[in-house]
Amino acid sequence: MTYLAKPKLHHPRLPKNALGHTRRDYEGAVSTLCAGCGHDSISAAIVQACFELDLPPHRIAKLSGIGCSSKTPTYFLGNSHGFNSVHGRMPSVLTGANLANRELVYMGVSGDGDSASIGLGQFAHSIRRAVNMVYVVMNNGVYGLTKGQFSATADKGSKSKRGAVNTDAAIDLVGMALQLGASFVARSFSGDKAQLVPLIKAAILHRGAALIDVISPCVAFNNHEGSTKSFDYVRAHNEAVNRLDFMVERTPIAVDYAPGTAREVVQHDGSTLRLRKLHDDYDPGNRIAAMTFLQERAAAGEIVTGLLYVDPQAGDLHESLNTVDQPLNALGDAELVPGAAALEGINASLR
Amino acid sequence: MPQPRAIASVNDFVVKFANINGSGSASANGLFARAIMRMGIPVACRNIFPSNIQGLPTWYEVRVCEAGWLGRRGGVDLMVAMNPQTWDKDVASIDPGGYLFYDSSKPLPPSKFRDDVNVIGMPITEICNKAYTDARQKQLFKNIIYVGALSSLLGLDPIEVEKLIGEEFRSKAKLIVPNVKAFLLGRDWAREHLAGVQMGLKLQRADKVKDRIFVEGNSAAALGAVYGGATVCAWYPITPSTSVAEAFMRHCAKLRTDPQTGKARYAVVQTEDELASIGVVIGAGWNGARAFTCTSGPGVSLMQEFLGLAYFAEIPSVVFDVQRGGPSTGMPTRTQQSDLLACAYASHGDTKHVLLFPEDPRECFDLGATAFDLADRLQTPVFVMMDLDIGMNDWLCEPFGWDDSRRMDRGKVMTREALEAGKEFGRYLDVDGDGIPYRTHPGTHPARGAYFTRGTSKDRYARYSEEGPIYVDNMQRLLQKFETAREIVPRPVREDAERKTQFGAIYFGSSAASMREALEALRGQGIHLDTLRVRAFPFHDDVSEFIADHGQVFVVEQNRDGQMRTLLVNECGVDPTKLISVLNYDGTPITARFITREIAEKVGVLTPVPLKKRVAR
Ligand SMILES: Cc1ncc(C[n+]2csc(CCOP(=O)(O)OP(=O)(O)O)c2C)c(N)n1
Ligand code: SF4
Ligand SMILES: [Mg+2]
Repeated sequence: MTYLAKPKLHHPRLPKNALGHTRRDYEGAVSTLCAGCGHDSISAAIVQACFELDLPPHRIAKLSGIGCSSKTPTYFLGNSHGFNSVHGRMPSVLTGANLANRELVYMGVSGDGDSASIGLGQFAHSIRRAVNMVYVVMNNGVYGLTKGQFSATADKGSKSKRGAVNTDAAIDLVGMALQLGASFVARSFSGDKAQLVPLIKAAILHRGAALIDVISPCVAFNNHEGSTKSFDYVRAHNEAVNRLDFMVERTPIAVDYAPGTAREVVQHDGSTLRLRKLHDDYDPGNRIAAMTFLQERAAAGEIVTGLLYVDPQAGDLHESLNTVDQPLNALGDAELVPGAAALEGINASLR
Repeated sequence: MPQPRAIASVNDFVVKFANINGSGSASANGLFARAIMRMGIPVACRNIFPSNIQGLPTWYEVRVCEAGWLGRRGGVDLMVAMNPQTWDKDVASIDPGGYLFYDSSKPLPPSKFRDDVNVIGMPITEICNKAYTDARQKQLFKNIIYVGALSSLLGLDPIEVEKLIGEEFRSKAKLIVPNVKAFLLGRDWAREHLAGVQMGLKLQRADKVKDRIFVEGNSAAALGAVYGGATVCAWYPITPSTSVAEAFMRHCAKLRTDPQTGKARYAVVQTEDELASIGVVIGAGWNGARAFTCTSGPGVSLMQEFLGLAYFAEIPSVVFDVQRGGPSTGMPTRTQQSDLLACAYASHGDTKHVLLFPEDPRECFDLGATAFDLADRLQTPVFVMMDLDIGMNDWLCEPFGWDDSRRMDRGKVMTREALEAGKEFGRYLDVDGDGIPYRTHPGTHPARGAYFTRGTSKDRYARYSEEGPIYVDNMQRLLQKFETAREIVPRPVREDAERKTQFGAIYFGSSAASMREALEALRGQGIHLDTLRVRAFPFHDDVSEFIADHGQVFVVEQNRDGQMRTLLVNECGVDPTKLISVLNYDGTPITARFITREIAEKVGVLTPVPLKKRVAR
């Protein structure tokens, strides 16, 4: 397989964002995933979100592990630097990149095998460290790239394409992220772009570790009857707790909500998230209640989606480390090298 | 009972302290060593400690050597036996005619002593019990009290000891007086009660220390990282490398805190394992910060996959490997040079990495800083190959030096201006013929210079490709880059014997001190050797030349398999029979006595003329 450049035909009537970019400017190479793969829809949602946010593409860095899901950074944001690292280790590479330059947007892309199986440790630790990032898991319950083995997010009792039943308990990344202190936790479905795009936008503007677990059916290996990650199953069991109408300060949206049905969340940078309630007593500001709710609904066989938890004023790793405001990679000799005189003092203290 | 022979020596002997880990002996023993150094007499000190926090035996060896040999000598002239658990072994290790200093508070049967050793008893526990009521003080001051007694016995200048106590507790002034008191208590007791003891070991003020400093390699390496411009450190605790990261934090708190804002110009992350440490380093290196990790053999093993990625994706990264005895958890608190092959060829696939071999803390500083320039210039992982012996012991070495006109060499980074001017950018394009391509940092230019980094094969423009010839093209360029590395890494240091000889010796790292001493001893036996101290891998052409210049070359190293020799055979294409291994790998630092004996024996076998005759001639 060789690289396929996507023809850049700029249609004069394509809508432009505030930077004068069209959606095309946020696209990448032609996808080589299977036709109908859920991952491609998520790539499209990422493109849409970045376009709508007027992000300069070169100020985004996209990083991934290994898997079909981790291949997708090639298929979006072609004008951004990308890093396809090693299996399960995207979080550490992203952490290092983030430490080097706090000013870019870090988009981490992973799969369920990548994050819940081989990379569970790195997933957990990057979240507990509150690395400022968007962490998207394209969750299909299988290892797509190695042809359909169960991953650690496969539900107990779920059937493989060949009919084998998964006997191991599933790891729920959303539940884990809540427990580990993630300050933005969402679940969505690759088939629901209207729900997914605002969530990605909000996650990008959020400061801190933002996890979006996106159920993303694998049409080749996990879209059959008996699977709990198929399009049909997810559609039938999707329980959305809210709808995010993403809103930035400077472009207020005039939408009327019936009283008591909406909730506004102002993030650290002044951006406002307006959540339309779909579930009466769901409070995305209460971590413990969210965990309980999720456990209860999961036991009832539902897949809860929406913005499940957000702490709009969360800090991040740079805050914990008290690093300077300038990116560390921009510091030069004058800021970093103490010089000969300081060394003389050190020598004197060692005699 | 006849008096045993008494070793007599001024400024040339070995004192060994046998203590219990966690008993507070380390600072008292260090005080003893430093005070000798303040008298202008060189010392070489070594901690021998267990993998334990409290309760197991620990030793501290102080080699006093006016001649300035800093390697471990071997043998013991004066044993300060403070640990009943190891008594028998400690007593047995004293050289005949040597001295045993012990706590005589409890009587011991005569069978516990040797009649060829001079015994000096001091009721330390009794003295402490009388002088102190607090249980902690009773224990802690024992150590200072024996330093006091030794000061009287050996002629250690009490003024130097008092000055050092003052400096040590500068920030906790109320500890100064009780410590000085305890020291004088021991000293006065010894002057009164041990005046008649025959003690042939004496200290005499000299002028051999000059402006040298006394520092451990790990701290020096960390300082090198500060001067080398490192801003990101990711690490996972492992002996003997932990103190590199700890020292980096300490140095940075002083040297890298923004004076205006109080904010940090550095970031240190203690990760969950070594996979994450190297991952963070690679992410930071990719994004244009200078980053390092410090680890030991087991950590290097965990980093293997990532190191292959860093090699293939060409990402600057620095690894300080403070080697210990392997394999597995091997001898975690003992020294070896046994990770050479694991680092030189780390990872799967065809990989080769740059290694640097500092000989002492001064060079840990120099090469520690240089490693970052090399990593950026070559866009590849660079290993600084230290070991427990240099890393965790204070060594007397030349003071640190820095040229203020020196600037970081950030290597080939394409700037926004160059991109704007339309300069062609291909991430893996060899523009200059040295195998080193240009890179861009993420976020540089709105429309140009973005590329995709991957561990999979790619063409010169970073585009994914599985075409054989394209893969080969890239791998060949990486070889070309390694050739460039050969020319820019630190050159080996060659020293030829006064007379022409067919024998050469190659050595590296912490073996240097003992090697120099051995050379002198061998010369005394009429054996002359040219030597080459290797400072880096890939080997400079000087290394092959040196081997070609000699009939036989000894390769001195601290591992079982002769790993340096394997590298030489493999990379220099030399006849293996020319290279003769001299190997010490029992976990103790290599000694001059060992090297001398091994080489003399081997030369004896190799030389048709009997040795005696050679000497007589
Ligand atoms: C160290 C290592 N082990 C195994 C593999 C093989 N491998 C490649 S992708 C993959 C599973 C990917 O699963 P997931 O992250 O769920 O991605 P998907 O393909 O399902 O999107 C495996 C096991 C590898 N690349 N590296
Ligand atoms: S195998 Fe599955 S996950 Fe991979 S591309 Fe095909 S559908 Fe997508
Ligand atoms: Mg998967």
